[in-house]
Amino acid sequence: MTQPGTETNPLRVAIIGSGPAAFYAVEHLFKQTDLVIEVDMFDRLPTPFGLVRGGVAPDHQKIKTVTRVYHQLASHPRFRFYGNVEFGKHIHLADLKEHYHQIVYATGAQTDRHLGIPGENLKGSHPATEFVAWYNGHPDFRDCQFDLLHERAAVVGIGNVAIDVARMLCRTPEELATTDIADYALEALSRSRIKEVYLLGRRGPAQAAFTNPEIKEVGELADADVFTRPDEVELDELSRASIEQDKVTQKKVEILQGYALRKPTGKSRKLYIRFLVSPVELIGNEAGHVSGMSLVRNVLYQTEAGTLASKPTDHFEELPVDLVFRSVGYRGVPLPGVPFHERWGVILNQKGRVIDPETQGPRVGEYTAGWIKRGPTGVIGTNKPDSVETVNCMLEDLVQGSILRPAQPDAASAEQLVRERQPRYFSYADWLRLDEIEVLRGKALGRPRVKFTRIEDMLAALGRS
Amino acid sequence: MTKIKNILATKGTNVITIRPEQSLKEAVATLTKHNIGALVVVDAAGRLAGIISERDIIRAAARRDDVFTQPVSEVMTRSVITAVPNDDLRSVLQTMTNKRFRHLPIVEHDKLLGIVSIGDVVKAQLDQYQGEIDTLQTQIIKGEPQ
Repeated sequence: MTQPGTETNPLRVAIIGSGPAAFYAVEHLFKQTDLVIEVDMFDRLPTPFGLVRGGVAPDHQKIKTVTRVYHQLASHPRFRFYGNVEFGKHIHLADLKEHYHQIVYATGAQTDRHLGIPGENLKGSHPATEFVAWYNGHPDFRDCQFDLLHERAAVVGIGNVAIDVARMLCRTPEELATTDIADYALEALSRSRIKEVYLLGRRGPAQAAFTNPEIKEVGELADADVFTRPDEVELDELSRASIEQDKVTQKKVEILQGYALRKPTGKSRKLYIRFLVSPVELIGNEAGHVSGMSLVRNVLYQTEAGTLASKPTDHFEELPVDLVFRSVGYRGVPLPGVPFHERWGVILNQKGRVIDPETQGPRVGEYTAGWIKRGPTGVIGTNKPDSVETVNCMLEDLVQGSILRPAQPDAASAEQLVRERQPRYFSYADWLRLDEIEVLRGKALGRPRVKFTRIEDMLAALGRS
Repeated sequence: MTKIKNILATKGTNVITIRPEQSLKEAVATLTKHNIGALVVVDAAGRLAGIISERDIIRAAARRDDVFTQPVSEVMTRSVITAVPNDDLRSVLQTMTNKRFRHLPIVEHDKLLGIVSIGDVVKAQLDQYQGEIDTLQTQIIKGEPQ
């Protein structure tokens, strides 16, 4: 049997997920000019681009322009998009093995990690990821309720998501009105009575994950003052030594120390960035709603390998808050029939080859890329080297002949399967029409786009049911 | 912030180890078979006993001719710096560079989870920089407001 990758016998690849890692895998596959490769990309949502559409904050439109690169890739004649098709529901691993030589799981990290403290599930305590998906118009989360009529909110965590959430809570309706935030979220945030937002970091300013532009940005909000506490942004000896050679982090600390000197300027909201504190309990009122949290002060210590980690002291304080957003990290969701590392929330893999937990050897034809492969870390572009590594394994295995042997390795039979299982699938052409309508709806309002947030509405917009 | 567990996540679950009483001949064979530069030495209970690297073996060979029959325990490095999955990539890179060691066993609750090499750590750091550069370039080149 001849090796696939030729005009008459193209290499057929299925990719589950359509975020950055999925598209960078496509990019590297299509770079192989000596091979004829066909890629079918599946997403459970009708719309592509994963967290670029559903995660990146609406007030960071520039970051979303990366989709232009993905759009070019999607225009390749051997690329197909099957949106609104869910792996494990409409199509299964056994189906894919019938139609493809190689399968890539690039489903990202869709859920949140738990804090593991009492009161975590009180009313008013939410995973930050749900809030993010909500304001970004994700169909699964559009009906979530966030009571923004309270005055004090805490965001637990100090990564990109945490700072996005804090910033979105501090934005004015005017600032939000020029973004592609979901309509209902714009309305809810416009009526928000939030006055104080606390961003709570476990470690110190020298260990904060956010970037310097992100931290500068919150210092320039139209109607929110930002503060830090002098005692919390003063560096301890260990932190000082750790950033001696690191100008970027020194600058970050300088900016944060500057916020400690700021005086209220009469803006209507206040954002307090706190360091070296961890919530140990959420406190509820009679109605079972969050009314505060108990915080413990932390100190830093150095691990054997050099990390400055936090440990609790016996100093506690109480912070009265009515809303809590938990943002201590995204985590992957297992896919039916695919080996999963429960603790780390990733698919078991070696350089992107899916590993069988029994034999500890690779599962033929199955691969993974992006956050579901390595965990939620890095910026959008970090997925590029990650996906390249995975695709290189795929190419090596192709040469070795270690691929699936599908009975029906042709585009038409795969399309027929999708059509049978999910007649309401979205092609890339469908998405382009939807995109055009969204952008057009936005134009009238001076917004980048007005998103459809219900699958029914997306179908209706295309004249389908 | 990238953690050591993000590197470990893509390295499978199989850690290549050797027992202290095994011979250097077996150690060399194992290193060659798996094309790696160091082995974690674990005792019968699976606890970390030390680490043995190519360098340890070379040093032993310089001392005596019948090196291959020696047990691993005679040659291995006993005081091993270890990391936990939550260690920061950047701190680990700094520590490995400053203290000049190339293999770092990852241990959690006394259980050996894996080993990362300086190569793994440098690659992860490079990927991160490359990703940041790429993201910035995309925004500069393609990011003119519509």
